[in-house]
Amino acid sequence: MSYLAITELQKYYDSYHALRGINLSIKEGEFVVFVGPSGCGKSTLLRTIAGLESSSSGSINLDGRDITELASSKRDLAMVFQSYALYPHMTVAENLSFALRLAKVPDEEVKEKVRSVSASLQLDPLLERKPKELSGGQRQRVAIGRAIVRQPKVFLFDEPLSNLDAALRVQMRLELARLHKKLGTTMIYVTHDQVEAMTLADRVVILNAGSIEQVGTPLELYRQPNSRFVAEFIGTPKMNLLPTENMIRQENELVFQLGAGEIRFPTARISGPIPSSIVLGIRPEHMSLSEEKGELNGRIELIEHLGSEAYAHIQLSSNQTIIVKVSARSDIKDGQLVNINIDRDEMILFNESDRVISLLAEEVEDV
Amino acid sequence: MKRSITRLLMAPSVILLLVWMIVPLSMTIYFSTIRYNLLYPGQNNFVGLMNFEFFMTDPGFLPAIFNTLTLLLSVLIITVVLGVALSALIDKPFFGRSIVRVLLISPFFIMPTVNALIWKNMMMNPVYGVFAWISQTLGFEPIDWLSDFPLGSVIMMVSWQWLPFAILVFVTALQSQDTEQKEAAAMDGATSWDIFRYLTIPHLARPIAVVVMIETIFLLAIFAEIFVSTGGGPGYDSTNLAYLIYNQALLQYDVGVASAGGLFAVILANIVAFFLIRAVGKNLTV
Ligand SMILES: Nc1ncnc2c1ncn2[C@@H]1O[C@H](COP(=O)(O)OP(=O)(O)O)[C@@H](O)[C@H]1O
Ligand SMILES: [Mg+2]
Repeated sequence: MSYLAITELQKYYDSYHALRGINLSIKEGEFVVFVGPSGCGKSTLLRTIAGLESSSSGSINLDGRDITELASSKRDLAMVFQSYALYPHMTVAENLSFALRLAKVPDEEVKEKVRSVSASLQLDPLLERKPKELSGGQRQRVAIGRAIVRQPKVFLFDEPLSNLDAALRVQMRLELARLHKKLGTTMIYVTHDQVEAMTLADRVVILNAGSIEQVGTPLELYRQPNSRFVAEFIGTPKMNLLPTENMIRQENELVFQLGAGEIRFPTARISGPIPSSIVLGIRPEHMSLSEEKGELNGRIELIEHLGSEAYAHIQLSSNQTIIVKVSARSDIKDGQLVNINIDRDEMILFNESDRVISLLAEEVEDV
Repeated sequence: MKRSITRLLMAPSVILLLVWMIVPLSMTIYFSTIRYNLLYPGQNNFVGLMNFEFFMTDPGFLPAIFNTLTLLLSVLIITVVLGVALSALIDKPFFGRSIVRVLLISPFFIMPTVNALIWKNMMMNPVYGVFAWISQTLGFEPIDWLSDFPLGSVIMMVSWQWLPFAILVFVTALQSQDTEQKEAAAMDGATSWDIFRYLTIPHLARPIAVVVMIETIFLLAIFAEIFVSTGGGPGYDSTNLAYLIYNQALLQYDVGVASAGGLFAVILANIVAFFLIRAVGKNLTV
């Protein structure tokens, strides 16, 4: 059932605990993205899967076989490095065929495979060049091509696009998505860029300080983060997080006082005991500005226009700033006082230890 | 106006360099065309190319050329091959690596004269040398290295002296080798040997070229080791060009023939350099 299974994987660099008990199961053909802030152990996890780092304990199974102790040359995985790591004194053609020639694949077959890969990645005019005569994007293509020719069990990518400029990155991202559709091979992709993670992944694995924070489809993570960390990490602009100092418990409602406004929340929706302090999470698109009354009110600090939409940064009288998505054509001005309406069904509540508080659906049942 | 000032300002150094080069060279050329034997002062008449004829028909001439080239090529091969192998071996971290590195580099700091004395008296002496002791312990007849294998002995000493230089250059070069490339190769299914063969050796092409060129310059003029250990003998068995010239100038007091020999050595060095740079220089442009 699971193609690649990682069980209780631990990794120490001397005394530094880099991977803290990773459990993960990946299905064949899945595109899985590891995402997390810099230094959280994404590369370490990927390199341990690749066999370039040894694990301290735990096991890795690939296609029904325990590969924990297997040398990386025998794992039948291909990796694309951030630095591309092309062989500098070999031509593009030699780079592409290196693994096949080592595996003693017959010449005719090598030629045929190199030809088909180079055609699919538009490398034909570059085949006789050395890596240093290529641009960044071209090197990237060769690195991907070198991985593809071998038809490995799993592709591993370690931040492959981070050395490219923004436009090229978007283009290569699309090409990778297309490639995955075409080949159908399992891919594991490491990035610190949540946009890459959201756009490419079938499933995203969010790592934090050496542990898995949450695993899910991009939409699951966006809509049902199970911790404050995930909520903040996924989505641009970030989810608004409002610590509420003044929380009043009324008979069947919680009243959060934020500056001059207040948000009321039915206690009945909170399953289990009610925590002593709560952080409110609400995404910018789940609020709207209004002329008349709103739950909150504040002063427009600045408006970011992105063309198709705009984001209003609003300062509440409690000095907290929240970001609200507004229509690009709205005529609000800096400094203007506005009322803010909140879609309470989309609100997410976090307890004092930053975990999500599970909520029962109110009237609507789409959570 | 401006140009003449530039020239004026550059003139001292240019002139100094010219004098520095031209004077010794032209004096050598001049000496090589006159009769100039210290035993017959005052008879310094012009003799044309006779000194060259003397030098080239000297019984030591052909052996000297042969020995010079043998010495050069043997030491180059030994230091490059062993240097690459040892550097690759100590490239991986292991306990005591820094000490091993210092020990491997240290022979370079020993003067050639001292080096030759150590080998002659402590290692190769047929009575109390280390080699003799090893042979006897194993039950063999000790070898008298300096008289039985004079050129081989010199090659051994010089290689020992120059191996550290090669190691120093190669170790530094290996540290600049990209680890991700090696990891990529490992993922491509390469064994350690494949990585060494297909990545490390090509990576070392340029450092090897540098080592070969620098060593060539010094190896063509090896003198102290021969002087201290074999004295060029027995016969001409370990005489190289430098030693033959010394032989002419100081043992036979014939400055004219020695100058001719010196010029010949310059020509030989140029020929060797031409071929070496052509062979090795290809790698430099990679
Ligand atoms: N070879 C190493 N030796 C010691 N610590 C390391 C080593 N490699 C990585 N680390 C540490 O492990 C942590 C995770 O690193 P890494 O997996 O590279 O993070 P990232 O998520 O940015 O890829 C970092 O704090 C880093 O300092
Ligand atoms: Mg990383």
